[in-house]
Amino acid sequence: MWGYIGKRLLIAIPILFGLSVIVFAMMALIPGDPATAILGSYATPENIERLNRQLGLDKTLVEQYFIWLGNLLQGDMGRSYALNRPVADEVFERFGATLLLAGTSLVLCTVFGLIAGIVSAVRQFGWTDRIVTFIVLIGISTPSFWLGLLLIMLFAVQLQWLPASGMYAIYGGGDLPDLLAHLAMPAVTLAVVATAVIARLTRAAMLEVLRQDYIRTARAKGLSEWRVIYRHAFKAALVAVIPVIGIQAGFVLGGAVYIETVFQWPGIGRMLVNAISTRDILLVQGGVLVVAASYVLFNLLADVAQTIVDPRLR
Amino acid sequence: MLCFFRRLAAAAALIAVTHPGMASAQTPPGVLVVAQIAEPKSLDPHAVTALNDFRILVNLYDGLVRYRSGTLEVEPALAESWTIADDGKTYTFKLRDGVAFHDGTPFDAEAVKFNFDRMLKEDHPFHDTGPFPLSFFFSAVETVEAPDAGTVVFRLKEPYAPFLSNLAYPTGLIVSPAAVKKYGKDFGRNPSGTGPFKFAEWQSNAKVVITRNEAYWDGAPKLEAVVFRPITDANTRVAEMLSGGVDLMVEVPPDNVATFADDPNFTVHEQIGPHLWFLILNTKEGPLADKRVRQAVNYAIDKKALTENVLQGTAVAAAGPTPPAFAWAYDKALQPYPHDPEKAKALLTEAGAEGAKLTFYVTEGGSGMLDPVAMGAAIQADLAKVGLNAKIETYEWNTFLGKVNAGLEGKADMAEMAWMTNDPDTLPYLALRTEATPDKGGFNSGYYSNPEVDKLLETARRETDRAKRAELYKQMQEIVHEDAPWAFIANWKQNAVTSARIEGFALQPSFFLLLHDVVKN
Repeated sequence: MWGYIGKRLLIAIPILFGLSVIVFAMMALIPGDPATAILGSYATPENIERLNRQLGLDKTLVEQYFIWLGNLLQGDMGRSYALNRPVADEVFERFGATLLLAGTSLVLCTVFGLIAGIVSAVRQFGWTDRIVTFIVLIGISTPSFWLGLLLIMLFAVQLQWLPASGMYAIYGGGDLPDLLAHLAMPAVTLAVVATAVIARLTRAAMLEVLRQDYIRTARAKGLSEWRVIYRHAFKAALVAVIPVIGIQAGFVLGGAVYIETVFQWPGIGRMLVNAISTRDILLVQGGVLVVAASYVLFNLLADVAQTIVDPRLR
Repeated sequence: MLCFFRRLAAAAALIAVTHPGMASAQTPPGVLVVAQIAEPKSLDPHAVTALNDFRILVNLYDGLVRYRSGTLEVEPALAESWTIADDGKTYTFKLRDGVAFHDGTPFDAEAVKFNFDRMLKEDHPFHDTGPFPLSFFFSAVETVEAPDAGTVVFRLKEPYAPFLSNLAYPTGLIVSPAAVKKYGKDFGRNPSGTGPFKFAEWQSNAKVVITRNEAYWDGAPKLEAVVFRPITDANTRVAEMLSGGVDLMVEVPPDNVATFADDPNFTVHEQIGPHLWFLILNTKEGPLADKRVRQAVNYAIDKKALTENVLQGTAVAAAGPTPPAFAWAYDKALQPYPHDPEKAKALLTEAGAEGAKLTFYVTEGGSGMLDPVAMGAAIQADLAKVGLNAKIETYEWNTFLGKVNAGLEGKADMAEMAWMTNDPDTLPYLALRTEATPDKGGFNSGYYSNPEVDKLLETARRETDRAKRAELYKQMQEIVHEDAPWAFIANWKQNAVTSARIEGFALQPSFFLLLHDVVKN
């Protein structure tokens, strides 16, 4: 197992390296440059040239890339042009916020997705199943940024139960209840689509398992229904569901971009969007690298989890 | 599983108990919470270019001069008085006595010299704390001298009348040399000035907090503190305002202005600024090389419908190249081209340009561009009504700037553009002179050339007598209006909403957010 994990981590290195080359090239190829973005209306060729010199952008692309890579290997991710701040500070602070949001959502969508899927599989074609299937269909079809705005209008503006945006109260606050209150709406919004996807797949996987002979055998042995479903059916179905949860982890991380914008959550998704529009190449590099690394890590975790649940894969 | 839910319920109960009505978050008394449109880039006034940053900076720092409230006219600030030599090249400032920076170090002539040398001299020991993108505002400065602690002398390379109003711009705000020396490149996150508020805290992506400067030379402000919150999404900004999470929001989306105006809990503020939204017309080639066709475009566009329907009253129709906010230099006799499709058609027939095809560059969004896609579509429809066939090409802002700033030749016949400036010289000088074409480093992307306009602009920027200068600008406006190198569309009204608890707030034509006199009940 450890050898397997080690090998997977080693493979991640060339992936991340290749990715950094591609992102760097793409940022260089798209029209517009940081100096124009900073200067805006005042971007005369003369001003651009002077600013590029100050920013160190008057070197060739290849030189710029290797300077960046050299610094990275010494643990220095450079300085953001637009934010005037070390990239590493910004990226890790933001990534922490995204991880908290995406992690909470992932827990929510896994728990509720599994429960909904199991319940509707066990009561196939019953009323519960119909209601769950209907809700799941709505969940899958709802654009999450729109849902987010609706929640804000209801819980923040009308009822005034929850704060509309941000991560902590602007004055006072800063404790756990404060954080949870701010986290509630964005985490739920982000979880909705993924919950629906997991519920659907769990239902399908459960239905398939429930038709197997060994389930009939288990029931014939006189095991309680709870035991049949939980010990025998669910564990088998989980093997099919875990990779989907792994994919949803990536999806939730990506979907965080919209949610972070709507709820003003200080996460990395919103940072990347801003960084791309201001052509802040070092910040984009740093951000993408961290997100990609975590993506690789999530997939690895999902694979390991699957190996643990499914003895056949060992 | 059950245990998990129990914990969740407990947490929810805890929130409800410890934070009764928390979200209704009445903001604390004496503390003004401002919803900004983005995270500030830096609090070093010489390092930034965005209005969003200026809104904080003008409360932390002072310049030698400032704009008198409600105008774009210069009045004393850190300098008590000044004299301009007859040749227009030497400016001598008498500095205010007894002023200290927030870090305790004294404000004096050496500090002023340090500020401008840092920005302008590449060999200055602290030049590397930049870059200073707008330092060209002071590119006319030859030397800065400090003959004694209370006197500063600026020697210019040539007479440059906009110098004073550039000093009143945030790029001219004075920072503490001691703080720059102490923090170096991180000064932008540890700012120190002489302004009415002192910097207290900057939590990335959450808030910037500034607190009252009790020792402020112009009287301590009434607010205890101000919290600036970056809220990039306009809908979220509106929701925070409605739910009471902020006391003041800027840049209210046109769709929401009516909601706030109808609600007694809020006050809507509006102020026309030094902004112009226009179309650059290609005067070098194609149908628009003919003045009659350019005038036809101006007649064909229904500016009233654009400002009232598309922009929902957040702008007014523009008459010429100079925004009315520059009251002293604005030609009040100038009227916007009326919406007259018949006249436009007649002009097109006369020029033999009926049914001409035009390539029209539109941007998706950008600084001061208001609602460029909807505006572009409405303009296209207006042109179609008089028989001009405009084909829209839409580009993302940075790409758009790259294309337009390089000149329209061989690519397009017209392009959207917007400028916000601090002096009537800036825009026409950079974008309407013969010598300002893109290949010469200017913004005259439509290649307009009129020797008379060139001469007026050159003379005006050397003229230190304001009345004479104003006369020159008025003549320039009349000629440019007639020549129609641009289609003049709109002057933006900036807006803001305050909660009913806020008093003493007014928007400024400079678009800066001055909070010195604001009271929160």
